[in-house]
Amino acid sequence: MNSTLAEASSIARSTDLLFGAMLLLCGVMAIGICFVLLFFCIRYRAGNRKVDRGVVGRKLGVELTWTLVPLALFIVIFTWAAHDFSELYRPPADALPISVEAKQWMWKLQHRNGKREINELHVPLGQPVKLVMSSQDAIHSFFVPAFRIKQDVVPGRYTTLWFTATQLGEFPLFCSEYCGSSHSQMIGRIVVLAPADFGRWLQAGTSQPSLAQYGYARFRQLGCSGCHAAGSTVHAPALEGLLGRTVHLQDGRTLVADENYIRDSILLPQKDVVAGFAPVMPSFAGQVSEEDIQGLVAWIRSTGGPQGAPR
Amino acid sequence: MSYLDEGHTIKSWLTSTDHKRIAILYAISISVFFFVGGAAATLIRLELATPAGDLVSHDTYNRLFTAHGVIMVWLFLIPSIPSVFGNFLLPLMIGAKDLAFPRLNLLSWYLYVAGGVLVLCALAAGGVDTGWTFYTPYSTMFSNGYVVLTLFGVFVTGFSSILTGLNFIVTVHHLRMPGMGWFRLPLFIWAIYATSLILVLATPVLAMTTLLLVAERLWHIGVFDPALGGDPILFQHLFWFYSHPAVYIMVLPAMGVASEIIPCFARQRIFGYRFMAYAILGIASIGFLVWGHHMFVSGQSMAASMVFSLLSFLVAIPSAIKVFNWTATLYKGSLRFEAPMLYALGFVGLFMIGGLTGLFLASLALDVHLTDTYFVVSHFHYIMVGGTVMAYFGALHFWWPKVTGKLVPDLWARIAAVLIFLGFNFTFFPQYLLGVAGMPRRYHQYPPQFQVLHLLSSAGAVVLAIGYLLPLFYLAWSLRYGQRASANPWDARGLEWETSSPPPTHNFTHPPQLPERVYDYDPTSPRAVAQ
Ligand code: HEM
Ligand SMILES: [Cu+2]
Repeated sequence: MNSTLAEASSIARSTDLLFGAMLLLCGVMAIGICFVLLFFCIRYRAGNRKVDRGVVGRKLGVELTWTLVPLALFIVIFTWAAHDFSELYRPPADALPISVEAKQWMWKLQHRNGKREINELHVPLGQPVKLVMSSQDAIHSFFVPAFRIKQDVVPGRYTTLWFTATQLGEFPLFCSEYCGSSHSQMIGRIVVLAPADFGRWLQAGTSQPSLAQYGYARFRQLGCSGCHAAGSTVHAPALEGLLGRTVHLQDGRTLVADENYIRDSILLPQKDVVAGFAPVMPSFAGQVSEEDIQGLVAWIRSTGGPQGAPR
Repeated sequence: MSYLDEGHTIKSWLTSTDHKRIAILYAISISVFFFVGGAAATLIRLELATPAGDLVSHDTYNRLFTAHGVIMVWLFLIPSIPSVFGNFLLPLMIGAKDLAFPRLNLLSWYLYVAGGVLVLCALAAGGVDTGWTFYTPYSTMFSNGYVVLTLFGVFVTGFSSILTGLNFIVTVHHLRMPGMGWFRLPLFIWAIYATSLILVLATPVLAMTTLLLVAERLWHIGVFDPALGGDPILFQHLFWFYSHPAVYIMVLPAMGVASEIIPCFARQRIFGYRFMAYAILGIASIGFLVWGHHMFVSGQSMAASMVFSLLSFLVAIPSAIKVFNWTATLYKGSLRFEAPMLYALGFVGLFMIGGLTGLFLASLALDVHLTDTYFVVSHFHYIMVGGTVMAYFGALHFWWPKVTGKLVPDLWARIAAVLIFLGFNFTFFPQYLLGVAGMPRRYHQYPPQFQVLHLLSSAGAVVLAIGYLLPLFYLAWSLRYGQRASANPWDARGLEWETSSPPPTHNFTHPPQLPERVYDYDPTSPRAVAQ
């Protein structure tokens, strides 16, 4: 098999199993119907003299059978496929976070220690990886056929994707949502390394601060710390350990703090006001870049908390 | 005197309010668009014969597939069967003199042509590169094509759809001949009626969506722009709220056509008439509730995806019923395989494959891998081209004698039907395999490992193109040299066959006789062949 279609992630096997089952079911149906169709065409052709013809009346039983049997089958398939699907959105808590930024027409990736890559993503074998993705411009879609995963990357919000690579090697990464002129060249590759090799690769040649350090620096430069740091005079929630925590809001709603919640709190602070706090935070829209937000999220992530929350 | 002799000047055609003449106006304009869209498809397939993208530039390729999609969807598939055959047959099949609003009908055609011309102007000016789906923010902020002009064209044709739908609905309600109850309607009329309901209910949403898109592009009103608090996913909801039901606008009339042709050539009553009628209504109504299955990987919530997936399986049930019933209609019949029957059987086969592969896409975890690949491209071509276009050609051959008064040369017609069927499978089946192998759609260049399948597909497209061109010649030939058709050359049931071929201007010289029951065929009595 070529490297696009290898079964190289922990979920590829179950997706293929479902695919095989569907192929069997639909194949049997298709061949069955074609066979009956052809059989009738030959047997009841006008020229055939030795055949019994006549007007066929209603056959309610037959009709109910071929309504209800497919219905039952479909409910089984739906349940199976929906179960597998929900797994795709339940990243393990220890998944290695990597931030992904899509732009016309490249993939920019950044590891936790600040190491950056373009159109190439190195990941360790056998360890869950969680991608936190956003786009700078149009909608793109992160598609790794060998892993059987795909997720649109949308401007203005984070989408996430996780996988565990189960095979060493290189696998193509495509953009699968049409995004303009060079859409078909927005191609990259995923390089799966043994964990020790990955560790070495990750350490090699980085002098940049880690994404979290960058985020913490911005936290201070932008003046966030003026309100959110311990001991500040303005009453604002502490952010340490926030990611994955349940938050109660002013208007009675509760939600689990995920990357999108943090993003919205920075850009649209009036949207979800935390219970017990005054809505005094200004919007930072226009002052922070995508990268700043990624950094701030990474810093908050580095301070602990339950994390890994489902979408 | 037939409706064709009612005046031979161009003006007598362009100002006619006769539903039959308007149907012909539609047929001509739709054929023109079909061949423009087909020319774009040919270039696309030529380009994809090699992986390097060496025939045209990126931008040209992107404009080509957008032009192909926009023209085929809005200017061919949506109006095709309803506007041509619905227009021609609806009054005849219910024993009426014309549609309820003849002048509105003519206005619909002018709107359709005006919209089409706007789209062609946008193409001539340089084209659009957004894809026919116009996803934001690409279409509003980054595309440098003629987005606004194209959208305006689509907006205008939308009004044509709405008016046609209204006209059909009122006609079915008010102009059925005395004594013709709902369950005495031919299934083609049921299909046209259900389609009209979708046209009237869904198209306004398209109109609103295109207006919002234009406003966003021109004035950045912020409905779809996240930087202004808008949401690009909202656009997808609005777009598919129309465009998913639009698939049923394309395929329901095709089902109606198959339900007329198959009983006639099997000399058998349609199996389970009532179930067939309910299935049409079922498809039309559940079809409104499944739009979110285009968005399983868009970032919509998991709960929404689950609901849309379940409903998508449900809508497959009435579709399955239809395939089973058409097959069962052959049982104990007396089958003849003239060209219309070949097209109708081809339709059933291709629609079935398109439908079954739709179940793969409705299965959430599989859709993640398959969506936005060639699997989807193949799936919708099986449904829309394999289904709708096959049925359109079936209808063309079945009712050609009624419309023109001339018979079609059957041998040539059969050759074309077989070529189209084989060419179609040859073109699009490899695309399923491409999709499973992970080939993304809308790619101008591709990794070389996909070339073999692409090349097969391009070779098939040549066969298919020949199949599509053939009818142009023999149908034109038949207009001049074809044998004269009798009123009912297929010995078919249905009121449209009770009047002369071609019909007189007011459809019937004597009020037709209401038949005892619909599809009153009997396989034991041979077909009366009166030519
Ligand atoms: C010779 C026949 C045809 C060929 C070879 C062909 C080929 C193609 C190809 C290669 C694409 C682009 C897929 C992509 O990269 O996204 C496409 C898209 C499409 N085609 Fe066809 N096509 C043919 C006929 C038709 C016909 C007859 C119709 C409608 C009646 C049609 C409707 C569409 C639509 C709606 C799209 C989607 C446009 C998009 O979203 O990209 N095609 N076709
Ligand atoms: Cu992209």
